[in-house]
Parts: sequence; C-alpha cells; structure tokens
Amino acid sequence: MQPDWIFGALGGLMIGTAAALFLLVNGRVMGASGILGGLLDGSGRTNRAERLAFLAGLVIIPALLALGMGGAQTHATTNITVLISAGLLVGIGTRLANGCTSGHGVCGISRLSLRGLVATMFYLFAGGISVLVFRHLLGVI
Amino acid sequence: MRGIFAFLAGGLFGAGLLVSGMTDTRKVQGWLDIFGDWDPTLAFVLGGAILPMGIAWTFTHKRTPVLGGTFPSRPERRVDWPLAGGSLLFGAGWGLVGLCPGPAIASLSYGGLSGAVFFIAMIAGMVAAAPMRRRLIPSGMPG
Repeated sequence: MQPDWIFGALGGLMIGTAAALFLLVNGRVMGASGILGGLLDGSGRTNRAERLAFLAGLVIIPALLALGMGGAQTHATTNITVLISAGLLVGIGTRLANGCTSGHGVCGISRLSLRGLVATMFYLFAGGISVLVFRHLLGVI
Repeated sequence: MRGIFAFLAGGLFGAGLLVSGMTDTRKVQGWLDIFGDWDPTLAFVLGGAILPMGIAWTFTHKRTPVLGGTFPSRPERRVDWPLAGGSLLFGAGWGLVGLCPGPAIASLSYGGLSGAVFFIAMIAGMVAAAPMRRRLIPSGMPG
C-alpha cells in the first residue's frame, strides 16, 4: 500500500489554500519565480516588503517542520555541473516564461488561463524529455 | 497586515511543498520519468492545489481583496515565444535536478550544499534573464 498519494493530495490542498489566501487577502498571484525574480530585477519595487515576508515564510516554516519531523531530505544530485546547469535553466526559463509551476501551473490553470495551460504543457514535456535523455540515454542523473 | 498574511501564505505554501513531496527530487523526477518507473504522486499534488484555487478565483468577480487594492487583471491570451521557449528551458532544468523555484526556496534549510548551489545558479539565471525580459515582455504582466 502506497500512502504517497494521500500526502500528495494533502500537500496539494495546502499549496492551493496558500495560493487562495494570497489571492483573496493580498490580491496577488502566488508565483514563486515571479515573487523572487521581481526582487532581483527591480520589477517588484513597489511591494518589496510583501515579497520578502512571503519568502521568509516559505523558508522558515518548512525549516521548523523539517526540524519537527527529525529532518527532511531533497535527495538532490551532488554533481556540481548538473546543479549549476539546471539552476541556470530554471532561473532563465521561468523569468522568460513569466512563471513556473506555482504561477502558471496552480494559479494559471485554476483560472483556465491559456498561457498557464500552454506553459505547463511545455515544461512538463521538456521535463519528461530531460529525464529520458539524461537518465536513460546518457545516464548522468 | 499585508506582510503578516504574505508570511502565512508563504509558510503554508512551503509546508504543502514539503508534505506533498515536491521538495523530494526523487519523487519529482519519478513523476517526469514517464518512460521509466513512473510515479503518479504529483498528479495528486497539482489536482489538490488547483481545487481550492479554482474556487478562490470565482470569489474575485466584481470584488476587491480583503486588504484592499485590486485583483489581478484577466489573463493575457497571447501565446508567444518567450512563454514557450522559457517553459522548455525551465522544464529541461526541472527534469535535470528535480527542483522548481518554490521547492528550491522551501528546501533551503535542509537541502544541503546541493540545494545551495542550485539556488545560487537559479538566482544567477534570473538576473541574467532580466535584460531579455525587458525587451520581450510587456510590463505589468503578473508572474
């Protein structure tokens, strides 16, 4: 018996509720890449404090939770070339596309945004190809 | 007030990412591994997240946010090259390591050196994209 899907659905509901809270109370779209990216390139000058508070919660609460659980792990690769390449791709890609999994995926699809739907199809497709090529064909991950 | 609720939303988002398995790169890469040992968990994550958010959007019609201001304008319908190309680049990187921006930030405390290296590279990518963004993307579009 795999209980993973229960945690997946529960965590998903928490993510969606967080997005709903940020929308209905603050009036903002909860997109991780946009909130962080706006601080980096100055496009989020007008609501810096709100962005910083969101990011503080996003780091501190999982830190406390992981501590309470006796630790958590990402199981990420230790291959430095892979980490740097992937980080650059994710950073550049999400800013050009103007959104990531939370902005386009959760917030976009839930309002039936065409851009959100298209972005999600493209990054899921590319993610599948990436795992196929780098795991099964090249064996680097 | 805005800061308090932003902190709460960020915290609940982060807790959800940890509970759901989105910060576990094995689960994420398992979900993207459709030609291997496919792990369907992330379908439940996305479905679970879209449900409350879909309901929330219906409450924005002809109303204003609790703390004032205005709700995001109707989504653009224009599908362009930055959207498609950027999403392809993002997906390729997501598959390579298994971290997207939200989980990369949420796991900073327990992601170790790997998480830190990925995060710094992601920041560098975001900064590098800024000049391209200014040329390609009209201002005022929500992230």
